[in-house]
Amino acid sequence: MATRLQYENNSEVGVFSKLTNAYCLVAIGGSENFYSTFEAELADVIPVVKTSIGGTRIIGRLCAGNKNGLLLPHTTTDQELQHLRNSLPDSVVVQRIEERLSALGNCIACNDHVALTHPDLDKETEEMIADVLGVEVFRQTIAGNILVGSYCAFSNRGGLVHPHTSIEDLDELSTLLQVPLVAGTVNRGSEVIAAGMTVNDWTAFCGSDTTATELSVIESVFKLREAQPSALVDEMRKSLIDTYV
Amino acid sequence: MAQGMGMFTVPQTIGTVLCCKCGILMQPNAANMCAKCLRSEIDITEGLQKHVIINHCPECDCYLQPPRTWIKAQLESKELLTFCVKRLKNLNKVRLVHAEFIWTEPHSKRIKVKLRVQKEVLNGAILEQAYTVEYVVQDQMCESCSRVQANPDQWVAAVQLRQHVSHRRTFFYLEQLILKHDAAKYAIRIKQMDQGIDFFFNNRSHGVKFVEFVGKVAPIRSRSDKQLVSHDPKSNNYNYKYTFSVEICPICREDLICLPPRLHVSLGNLGPLVICNKVSNSLALLDPLTLRQCYLDAEQYWRSSFKALLSSRQLVEYIVFDIEPFSPEVNVGGSRHVLANAQVARVSDFGKNDTIFNITTHLGHILKPGDYALGYDLYSANHNDIELDKYKDPKFPEVVLIKKSYEEKRQRKHGKPRSWKLKTLDMEVDNTAKGKDHEEKVNSEYEQFLRDLEENPDLRFNLSLYRNKEYQPSEMASITDGEDVPSIPLDELLADLDLSDEEDGDESMKE
Repeated sequence: MATRLQYENNSEVGVFSKLTNAYCLVAIGGSENFYSTFEAELADVIPVVKTSIGGTRIIGRLCAGNKNGLLLPHTTTDQELQHLRNSLPDSVVVQRIEERLSALGNCIACNDHVALTHPDLDKETEEMIADVLGVEVFRQTIAGNILVGSYCAFSNRGGLVHPHTSIEDLDELSTLLQVPLVAGTVNRGSEVIAAGMTVNDWTAFCGSDTTATELSVIESVFKLREAQPSALVDEMRKSLIDTYV
Repeated sequence: MAQGMGMFTVPQTIGTVLCCKCGILMQPNAANMCAKCLRSEIDITEGLQKHVIINHCPECDCYLQPPRTWIKAQLESKELLTFCVKRLKNLNKVRLVHAEFIWTEPHSKRIKVKLRVQKEVLNGAILEQAYTVEYVVQDQMCESCSRVQANPDQWVAAVQLRQHVSHRRTFFYLEQLILKHDAAKYAIRIKQMDQGIDFFFNNRSHGVKFVEFVGKVAPIRSRSDKQLVSHDPKSNNYNYKYTFSVEICPICREDLICLPPRLHVSLGNLGPLVICNKVSNSLALLDPLTLRQCYLDAEQYWRSSFKALLSSRQLVEYIVFDIEPFSPEVNVGGSRHVLANAQVARVSDFGKNDTIFNITTHLGHILKPGDYALGYDLYSANHNDIELDKYKDPKFPEVVLIKKSYEEKRQRKHGKPRSWKLKTLDMEVDNTAKGKDHEEKVNSEYEQFLRDLEENPDLRFNLSLYRNKEYQPSEMASITDGEDVPSIPLDELLADLDLSDEEDGDESMKE
């Protein structure tokens, strides 16, 4: 299910948090409300880690990651890096990369299999993304915007892109990503999708301005209604049992 | 450009998104909200005026444009719409796309205007919205109407135009100039006075403008005065009546002048006996013996302020016996002259004595033996001119010819109407005190003025002459001898514009 929340009276929750299938990063804030909302939803499944990156709270825009790894910009301090390595599961590779474009969250959009990147990223960064996150990398734009990480959000089950994306672009992107995509908005018509929400395979967090219509679009394209952390296993078990029987 | 370079471009089809409020399918826009939701969300007419009170003068159908301009406008007219839209405050915050009247009963004292405005809302989406403004028309009489109501004869500025000469020729000419330039458009009353005309205006600036106009066409000297009518010490308002006294220089065309010695010297020994050739805002003085011409502007004239030695009423008719030009044709200030020796005698002497004068004249180009000419008789004149006495030994000619006379030929045409006419100013004339001979004198002066116009193309150059519709050219006109009385060619005349209400005015005048 999708949850609506605010970070210190700000609806751009995707800026202050990073959600993947294996962990969740939350900015250190004045109020405990933001953190506890994540905690209530995720605590018994994946670790929810409070952190800052480079001393800032805009962690969602600075880092990029999936269940395999986490990429941090060169502004990250050693303490922060150490703290993240300690807090995240051992299976997650945490890597700091020397990239000129330090807002990695704005430049990279990824799920567990594919990543779309800013067209101007270094060749080394591209290789690093492929290695650390274990994904195929495509340099792309979304509706003419080079900040692919800001204008789209996708999981392994679906994706939401900038409302001005043309039908041809939508087709191309969904062929690349191998997931269904729709054009849409969050936060009452905002087109900066990834800033307004953060999503993984079974849950999503949206800004509190998000309307019911937008929420229903999000829930249906990310297939959150039937999704539970255990659903995957159940489905697999069913098919296994099917074949077994 | 990409296509020009032979590159492959993917056609872009605009997709659809769901409106973020109501969830209907729509094309994505800047607010990502459908127009209906946007409209319900934001009212761009907020803060715009919906009720306005306007002031209307019921007398002259004018509307008050604050602070004090009154604009004349009909109901449902373009002017009124412009006025109504201009009265709205805050309209610069939105873009006005369309405005139209909604019909209302004229006596309802309400005007309704439907406006369509556009405004940018929510990061770049442009919203258009229609709304109506109701104007309440309040009657308030405008300043000029209330003044007329209170006292129809009230004036604020009076211009007293005077020329101290014995004839009215200058005023006939000035009347035509004023008509041509519509200079007395704002005059509320025009009154003919002895030796001049009075013009009354209900605004000081109209008076000033008129004085300026007269200053451009005649050499004048003016002074102004004001009289306090009322005074409000609380608001520091003063109410004055202004009077402009304008004196036109007494020198007229065709006058003979004896220049004061100082002026005679400063103009390079011009004259001292000169003819005034032309009067505009300056005087053109021609020396008939040397064909030199000098211009004297108003300021220069009033510094010496001389009078005419002899003026056009004292012209005497001469007959020319013989004429011998002795100079080539000279162009002096736009008119041609030839110096000639002439033998002339007074017509009145004809058959009585043998007084013949041998003189020099500047009219060698038009006079022929046997012609009649008008000139000043200095031989028998008795003048008491101060300036003349200052010259130690004046050697003046016995006769100064001024112009050719067409009197003989006119006699034949006597009583026939002219093919043209002039307009006249609507002037009040007070004839009660004067006798019948005064009227006759005025008529003969006017006739003389009309003849002058016929004879001098440069005099009628900046006047408007109109075609006389009653005039029928007679058959006799075709049988003419070589030299005819000068007349005005048809192509110089204007067709008179007759509006119906003007005719009504004429009829009411007859009644």
